[in-house]
Amino acid sequence: MKKLLSAEEMQAKLREMARAVAAVAPSDGPLAVVGIRRRGEYLAQRLARLLAERGLRPAHQGALDITLYRDDLTTIGPKAVVRSTDIGFDVTGTWLLLVDDVLYTGRSVRAALDALTDLGRPRAIRLAVLVDRGRRELPIQPDFVGLHLETTPANVVKVKVREVDGEDGVDLS
Amino acid sequence: MSAEANAADVTPAWNRKHLLRLRDLSADEIRYVLDTAESFKEVSTRSVKKVPALRGRVVVNMFFEESTRTRTSFTLAAQRLSADVIDFSASASSTAKGESLRDTARTIEAMGVDIMVLRHPAAGAAADLARTVSCCVINAGDGQHAHPTQGLLDLFTIRERKGRIEGLNVAIVGDIAHSRVARSDLVGLTRLGAHVTLVGPPTLVPRSFEQLGAGVVHDFDAVLPDMDVISLLRIQRERITSSVFPSVREYVRLFGMNRQRLARCKPDVLILHPGPVNRGIELAADVADGPNSSILRQVTNGLAVRMAVLFLCQQAAAGTAAD
Repeated sequence: MKKLLSAEEMQAKLREMARAVAAVAPSDGPLAVVGIRRRGEYLAQRLARLLAERGLRPAHQGALDITLYRDDLTTIGPKAVVRSTDIGFDVTGTWLLLVDDVLYTGRSVRAALDALTDLGRPRAIRLAVLVDRGRRELPIQPDFVGLHLETTPANVVKVKVREVDGEDGVDLS
Repeated sequence: MSAEANAADVTPAWNRKHLLRLRDLSADEIRYVLDTAESFKEVSTRSVKKVPALRGRVVVNMFFEESTRTRTSFTLAAQRLSADVIDFSASASSTAKGESLRDTARTIEAMGVDIMVLRHPAAGAAADLARTVSCCVINAGDGQHAHPTQGLLDLFTIRERKGRIEGLNVAIVGDIAHSRVARSDLVGLTRLGAHVTLVGPPTLVPRSFEQLGAGVVHDFDAVLPDMDVISLLRIQRERITSSVFPSVREYVRLFGMNRQRLARCKPDVLILHPGPVNRGIELAADVADGPNSSILRQVTNGLAVRMAVLFLCQQAAAGTAAD
């Protein structure tokens, strides 16, 4: 196992991402930050805090569970745990920053886009991921990336967040 | 949210493709269904009240006994998961011509059905069906035996309103002997650690229920002040005329829930009823519509619970096929 990012490095990457988001986010409409459960939810909260520190306080925050939208539901069987989607605002008209920990095949993001479409019609959706490990199976690309990685399918990229894992960091094995 | 924490930290505790009765389930399995239902509740609050989880799956409602409410709830639950739903009712079908349940079920299964939801007057019909077909079977009430989704939605509603189930005092009042709802409630509540008291006239609440871990009481007024939850069962009209039943007036006097009795309960007592209510018999109208009542919430929660059950059973069936 190789340590790719320490807790401090991870926070620095998030700060860079927040700066990049702040540079392009429109000022004339509501900003929403939505994380994909589970770890994306916590990264979204941190990005929202960092954006607020830059004077760009998100009007809305939320968390999206994509289990019911996955295209492999019928093959993974009882391994899927359904968690709740917690989006207590109308996404229609928002400039929505979608946040996940790792971008890989693109299927989670595809599912998240479907889930968001069922909730309303955002003015725009942008994608922020802490790690882009490549090897996409769908034509989906991120707008804001903390770390680009070349990986093989055998690799495991593990993003850790305090809230779930007890510590922050990114490991590759 | 406790449910979120639970669902997040526990690996899936469900691999049953059928839901036949709550007696088969462990406390963890029951909690897992309730936690999953919690997630599904949110779907019904969206502008698009649908998720694609069961898209391309077929659910057939097989009702050999009329029940508009349960059938509607299952239909809507399946539709919110994007399944296709067929209604099969006994009166309009070949069972009238003497075709057996098994033959009917095999015929329907041959058309490519994924989940059968069965309501049948015979106890054990759902278990029999589960042995006959290879698709999922959900028991929507079999005779006087079990009505597991009603039991689950009652548990869900109690947990939602009270924050817990363990340690609560719950009274179930009415015709216990002939009630599948009472049996499912009793099993689910005791499994999750509630203390259940069954209340009604001796002819309708036999002492034998004590063997199932419940208290049996024939004096409703004596237990009112202790109860956290009181569930009133519907009095079946056809039984009122039979000899086991006191007169309606006597029943209302001894076991009817009304404002006077409510005043003797804990201020936050929860009033439940599986519906439809005989207003003025087992439950007075002002109590049914009052702040202690969660009757309509039971209906709302029934939808979320049935979505969870359909989803989990189908997932388990898919997992079996993949292995």
